[in-house]
Parts: sequence; C-alpha cells; structure tokens
Amino acid sequence: MSGFLSMGGYASSVWPAVALTFGIIAWNIVAARRSFAAARAEARRRIAAGDPS
Amino acid sequence: MTPRRRRLVLVLAILAGVAIAGTLALQAFRENVMFFFDPTQVAKGEAPKGERFRLGGMVEKGSVVREPGKLEVQFVVTDFQRSVPVHYAGVLPDLFREGQGVVAHGKLGADGVFTADEVLAKHDENYMPPEVTRSLKSPAQPAGSARPSTPAVAPQG
Amino acid sequence: MDWTWFHRFGSPPHLYGLAGRLVPWFAWPAALAIAAGLYGGLVLAPPDYQQGDGFRIIYVHAPSAWLSLMAYTWMAVAAAIGLVWRMKVAHAMAASCAPIGAWFTVAALCTGMLWGKPMWGTYWVWDPRLTAELVLLFLYLGYLGLRSAIEDPQRADRASAVLAVVGVVNVPIVRYSVEWWNSIHQAPSVMKFGKPTISWPMLTPLLIMFVGFTLLFLALVLVRVRGEILRRERQARWVSEVIAA
Repeated sequence: MSGFLSMGGYASSVWPAVALTFGIIAWNIVAARRSFAAARAEARRRIAAGDPS
Repeated sequence: MTPRRRRLVLVLAILAGVAIAGTLALQAFRENVMFFFDPTQVAKGEAPKGERFRLGGMVEKGSVVREPGKLEVQFVVTDFQRSVPVHYAGVLPDLFREGQGVVAHGKLGADGVFTADEVLAKHDENYMPPEVTRSLKSPAQPAGSARPSTPAVAPQG
Repeated sequence: MDWTWFHRFGSPPHLYGLAGRLVPWFAWPAALAIAAGLYGGLVLAPPDYQQGDGFRIIYVHAPSAWLSLMAYTWMAVAAAIGLVWRMKVAHAMAASCAPIGAWFTVAALCTGMLWGKPMWGTYWVWDPRLTAELVLLFLYLGYLGLRSAIEDPQRADRASAVLAVVGVVNVPIVRYSVEWWNSIHQAPSVMKFGKPTISWPMLTPLLIMFVGFTLLFLALVLVRVRGEILRRERQARWVSEVIAA
C-alpha cells in the first residue's frame, strides 16, 4: 500500500495531477447543475410574477 | 441566393480565410516556431549564429562524461547524421539517458562545442513495461542482465 | 434527403426534454468508466520502462486534453450551425461547451506541467504544443468574456459564434504541432493512424478513460444546454408548462 502511495518516487507529481483532475470534474458537475437550476429558478420566478417576457 | 445560403457561404469564407492566413503565418514563422534545431540543421548553418538557441537530438550512447565530484557533464547530441558535443553544468532531469532524446538551451562556441545552461529531456511516444523492452532489445541476454550504459528500469525501483 | 430530424432536433422543447432524458444514460456509464480507467491506470497498468510510475499522469492528462479539443470542436460546429440556420438550440449548445472546455484545458495544462517537471526538467517551455494549448484556453476565455460583455443574448450568441468558428483553426494546430515542428512534447501514442505505440496493458485503461471523459462531457453539456435553452425561451408557452409540472 505504501508502495502504491509513493508511486515509485513520483507521488508529488502523480497525486496532485489526479487530485486536480478530479477536483475539476467535481466542480464541473456542481457548476453544470447550478447553471441549470439557476435558469429554472429564474423561469419559475418570472412565471410566478405573471411576467411572460 | 437565400439568406441562409448567403450566411453559409459567409461562414465558410471566414473559415477558409482564417485557415489560409494561419497557414501562411505559420509558414513564414516556421523557424521561429521551431522549438529546437537538430545537429544536421546546425551543421547546415540554419541555427542562429552567436545567439542562444535550442539543440535537440539523441544523447549518443557512451558519450556521457561526468567530472567526478562536480555537476559538470559532457555528452554528444546526435541525429544519426551529424552530431554536436555539448558541455553543461547543472542538474539533469530524471529522463536524461544515453540513447534518449534531449533538448539543450545555450550557445554554440567557435570551437563547435555547444555550451548549455539548461538541459531538458524529451521522451518518445513509446510506453511499455520494463520487461518488454528487455526482451525486445536483448533477446539473447537473460532478463535482468544489466547493460553498461542505460539502466533498463526506471531509477526508482 | 429528409431533414425532419434536423428540424426536430432544432426545436427547443424537444431538445430540452431529450437532453433531460439522456443525462443519466451518459452520466452513470461515465462514472463507471472513469472509476475503472483510474483503477486500471493507477493500479493494474505496469510502470513504464523509462518513466516508472511517473507516466501514470497520462491517465488524467491525455483524456483532459482530448476533452478540451473535443469540446472546442463541438462548440465551433454548433456555433456555425447557429450562425447559418439561426438556430437557437445550436447557440445554446455552443454556449454550454465553453465553460466545460475551458476547465479541462486548465486540467490538461496543469497535469502536463506536473508531468513535465520531473520528466523534461521544467514545468513550462514555450514549445509549439504547449503554446497552442494555452491559446486554446485564451480562446475559451475570450469566448466566455465576449458573451458576458454583450447584454443582448441574441447579439452575444452571434458575436461569440464568430469567435468560436474563427478559433477552430487552432484545433488542428494543437493536434499536429508535434508533427509539424520540432517539439519537446512527444508524438501521439494513441490518436493516430497505425498501431498505438503504447503496450496493451497500459493502453486499455487509457482507452477506457477516453470513453469515460467523452461520456462525461456529453452528460455535462446536456445538463448545461437545458439551462441555456430556458434562458433563450423566456416567452415560450412550453416553458411555463414544463416548469409548472
């Protein structure tokens, strides 16, 4: 296990690269859902206000 | 022509124009875009004289000479046609090996020796496990028999 | 030729519904493939004969770079369709690609730097491949900046679409930079004609990663495009029907 974590001496390159990529994947999932939710909330607000423009 | 077709032609014309302009620009700046010059180009005098440039090629097998106790190292960069001797004092990257690609940044002296202040390793597009290369390169030798110059396995074991 | 599929695809409520139904079909296989590819790449694949375990960065670097180019190509094609056919959903599609593509360009650049430091001996050099990928990031940022600078959504769509179409010339430059010019970056091992120059136990997880990232991109784009369609269809009756439901 420690051999796996040390990545043959390249731990300081491999793990930050993996962490960064998965951080970006996670952020993209959150951001895409937020963007859609915001658009839907805005549409709902407009409809509730009876303003179709 | 319908408006839609006109827009289609316009978009294609813009695209063609940019592509042609880009091709011409890149052709014109070909030398400037070249990240490095190989020894044949240096021999032909294509590399800038008296100025810093990058020299790229293979580290010739058996050419690496280290000064004991010092950082200084000498080796020969070759493209299998011509070769250029290189002098460098500094830390070498992990992938610096004899028989592997290298890009050195520095100046070519009047004596034909290239004095580098930066040496980068350039690896090739081949990826394989260590066992495969051993059997590929030396079918007669038993696996694990060390070759004198290049370590078959990555330094970190 | 029958073009009804094209017009149906161009209908906002149709695409809105279709995208919503398709998301899970891309998202879950994407999660599965990325998990499998990561396990295969970090655990099962053997170390490289030159780079040891350091080469494993390829399993996040290459798929990120692939996604960054794929997203730009999609964006440019969608933008061109939007310009020529004045199709709202095409502009919505183009606008959805940009933030995703920009983020994965950052991922490709940063993971490449982390790879370059131990292997080449430097984080960054002004090499054709590296520079072209950086230009790709600036194209994405320019596209996003232009959109946010123009208030009127229709004008923002058209202006940014022209930028997207013009910038597409950079995509082949990124791809072929390592072949046209001397570059420190190695030539492609997978994305080329002929036999891959990477051994099968190493290639299999990488291919699974490519599939996973492609599916991930499609899932992300479909989620975003629904929001972009809603923003463009403020007055449409179908929106109030869909939202009320």
